[in-house]
Amino acid sequence: MRLPGIVKLRLRSLLSRGAVEQELEEELNYHLERLTEDNIAAGMEPIEARSAALRALSGLEQRKEECRDMRGFNLIDHSMQDLRFTFRQLRKNPGFTATAIAMIALGLCASVAIFAFVDAALIKPLPFKDPNRLADVTEKIPLFPRANLSYADYLDWKAQNHVFSSLEVYSNRGYILNTPWGSEHADGVRVSDGFFRTLGVSPILGRNFYRGEDLNGAPHTVILSYSAWRDRFGARKEAIGKTVALNGVAHTIVGVLPRDFQFALTGPVEFWTTIHPSGDCDLRRSCHSLNGVGRLKDGVSIRTALADMTSIAHQLEVMYPGSNLGQGASVMPLSEAIVGSVRPILLVLLSGAGLLLLIATANVASLLLVRSENRRREMAVRGALGASRSRLVRQFATEGIVLVMIGSALGLASAWAAIRVLILLVPQQMQAGMPFLQNLDLNVRVCVFAAAISFLSALLFSLTPTARLSLSDVRDGMAEGSRGSAGNTWRRLGSKLVVLELATAMVLLVGAGLLGKSLYHLLQVNTGIKPDHLATLQVMAPQDGYPTDQQQVTLAREVTRRAANLPGVESAGVASRIALSGDGDTDWIRFVGRPYNGEHNEVNERDVSSGYFTALGASLLRGRYFDDAEDGSKPRVVIINQALAAKYFPNEDPIGKQFGDDGLNPKTIRTIVGIVNDIREGALDSQIWPTEYIPFNQSPDSSFGLVVRTSQDEASLLPTLAATLRGIDRRIATRFAMTMNDRLNTATDLQRSSAWIVGGFAALALLLSVVGLYGVVAYSVSRRTREIGVRMALGAHRNGVCRLILKETGWLAALGIVIGLVCSVAAATLMRKLLFGVQSWDLATLAAVAVILGAAALLAGYLPARRAASVNPMEALRAE
Amino acid sequence: MSKPTDLVQGTLDLLILKVIALEPMHGWAIAQRIRQISGDVLQVGQGALYPALHKLEQNAWITSDWKMSDNNRRAKYYTLTKAGRKVLDQESVQWERLAAAISLVVRAV
Repeated sequence: MRLPGIVKLRLRSLLSRGAVEQELEEELNYHLERLTEDNIAAGMEPIEARSAALRALSGLEQRKEECRDMRGFNLIDHSMQDLRFTFRQLRKNPGFTATAIAMIALGLCASVAIFAFVDAALIKPLPFKDPNRLADVTEKIPLFPRANLSYADYLDWKAQNHVFSSLEVYSNRGYILNTPWGSEHADGVRVSDGFFRTLGVSPILGRNFYRGEDLNGAPHTVILSYSAWRDRFGARKEAIGKTVALNGVAHTIVGVLPRDFQFALTGPVEFWTTIHPSGDCDLRRSCHSLNGVGRLKDGVSIRTALADMTSIAHQLEVMYPGSNLGQGASVMPLSEAIVGSVRPILLVLLSGAGLLLLIATANVASLLLVRSENRRREMAVRGALGASRSRLVRQFATEGIVLVMIGSALGLASAWAAIRVLILLVPQQMQAGMPFLQNLDLNVRVCVFAAAISFLSALLFSLTPTARLSLSDVRDGMAEGSRGSAGNTWRRLGSKLVVLELATAMVLLVGAGLLGKSLYHLLQVNTGIKPDHLATLQVMAPQDGYPTDQQQVTLAREVTRRAANLPGVESAGVASRIALSGDGDTDWIRFVGRPYNGEHNEVNERDVSSGYFTALGASLLRGRYFDDAEDGSKPRVVIINQALAAKYFPNEDPIGKQFGDDGLNPKTIRTIVGIVNDIREGALDSQIWPTEYIPFNQSPDSSFGLVVRTSQDEASLLPTLAATLRGIDRRIATRFAMTMNDRLNTATDLQRSSAWIVGGFAALALLLSVVGLYGVVAYSVSRRTREIGVRMALGAHRNGVCRLILKETGWLAALGIVIGLVCSVAAATLMRKLLFGVQSWDLATLAAVAVILGAAALLAGYLPARRAASVNPMEALRAE
Repeated sequence: MSKPTDLVQGTLDLLILKVIALEPMHGWAIAQRIRQISGDVLQVGQGALYPALHKLEQNAWITSDWKMSDNNRRAKYYTLTKAGRKVLDQESVQWERLAAAISLVVRAV
């Protein structure tokens, strides 16, 4: 018979139970009657005949039960019974039930919430065609493993490589946009013509860039992001073909990108334009401003691609030593370039959540063990009354499954909420670089993950008490249950679980301690400036409005003057790039009067006004600051930082020395007039780079950063500042208006968030493991009340009893701490990439954590110990 | 709960299938028939018969319907299904092989 037939039969068995029952009754009765008749025929009395027939059947009811069994009634019936019984049991022990469910929910919530992040960042593929064939392609220099490409190098790489079916470049560019309410800054990216084709992305409206549309002869065109189309052009189809002025240049809108398009490496972008190589930088081989993305040919690995690009880079080094010496190549999977930096931290968080889950699970398992221990007698009685072993096991399994199901439902709901809280902990700036976090949710993969955890824990929680069941004979249970000797099996297993919990908690505490200490060190890093009371923002004036050096100098002077005149402002200065905005914008320098072998002495270049250092609160170590009058008409001067002085003038006085560009072009030669302390330009956890500070007035720009020191609240100054600038010229746009402390916090946000999360996990782990320990000891005390009573009756002192219990606690705690120490050091070694200024075997942290854990453990042991000591021997002996 | 263990596991199924392959029968008759054919050697445990029948029916190897029996009372008659016949054929072959193999061993030793 085919499956549907079988299903119909089964359904009949289940649904028309009355009819089936009746048939069963009738069928067996028929048999019984025939048997009775036979017996009568054989000469028995009717009554005797019937009872002989019944004997032959060995029990009518039993046979019926077996038939029902065969039909699968019982499975359902018994499951329903088990379920009802389970709910009754759980309701009867609200403390146990609530604790177990809360722990399951907690463990699931933490791991699922973190897994959602891991899934979004590390598992979910990038939203492009064949994303694993896409590679991030850049140059490589000693200072930067991933350095920008120059346009000339890109053209050579593109023409000469054998590994990419297409190789494209992109470069962020801020645009000034004229809107009805004044000038506004808008993010843009210049791309080569095949950029979107390489990613496998097509516009939803209009067209892609033509081949050759990125060359100088082509008209200026732009493709809009979906949000720009919606917000700035009302999502109207007629937007295509219209023009929009970007930095004063008319661009024709040719396309609109899909709503879900995101390219993490550029951050959110509104306007996608083409390269149109122009200006000083694009035409100079030594000016690096581009990033590359390529699609690997079929069968080509990243490694092969890297080898090919490296050999091309090497040829270019030989051909153009002046510009390309030391310029290598970097090729890595695109996904690696996007999430490589957050992977370690996510994995640490996931491990943390996993450990928390482990502790919670161990706790629930040990709770279940205690319960099964207390129910030995019940089980023994049920066994004696005929319940089969499988039936008893099923009862426990039902309990485990019910607990896990309720706990999982709660855990999943709280994970949903936790994800929404956790996303707030991800720094804004990082979110811009990780657009995939926007759609964070309980998707299929996350739910499967949650289901897998639930399934495993249900399995575990069903088996734990069962394991206990098989350890002892039912009859033993009856016997032992009657008298109060502690259940040894449980004590052994429970103790192991507690040691496991303590060790795990130790690992988490040490992890949190190390991350916290790293954060502390990071916050203590000397920035070389006084970050309080500093307001900063980026000023962008249109290039066509201020084309000459003189106009730009005048603008900067006016901006500084107006800012300095605001109430409360003490000083103001401008810089091409504000401190703490990141290393980069480098210059290659060559010293006058020294032998030169073409090496690239790479230093940060910052063009700063005379008041910049004063406003920052930096300190002059030697020489002098700039004078505002030092412009292009005056001798060229430069101030260097300590790092530059130490690296290039180790044993001499730098003041008065000269350096220029790598060709010692006379127009670039500058005389050192001062040494300033090391101001942190880039990341807090990196080395200070050698930096040169050039007078802004000798190297002006229409776009620059403004730094203002005020005696009042700097945050409230920011809007005033923006308004003041607009008062100078309506065409001026501003961006990145933030206090210097904001910048500092941004630099430590990730570490802060991860330290908080791991810290939270650790605190919960501590709590759970101590509760677990308390549970074990308290239970052991309750089982030993009689023994303690006997001891005291025989003359044991109360203190002795107390010590006895504390010793038990102490052993467990010590064992847990020692194992935890070993595991912690191993775990910390795995996460040493995330540590700053602290070793993975940091003794202070390890010792502190051991003390905290030990103290908490002793507290957990003290409460039951005191109860044990207060036992009244007479009552204890009479009890039970 | 004791399961039918009176006969070698699965053998009872084979006997039942074989017996009702000839004609539809009720439980009582099946037991009688097995006893008769085996020359009173195989006494089907009365208790084991019905659970086995219900299992076979649940597996859809046999179907049942109510008919009047020889002594004019309603009895539940079991009939072999197509699937049941297939199983019977397989099981018979299996049994022959097993029996032959066992007797080989028994005689040889």
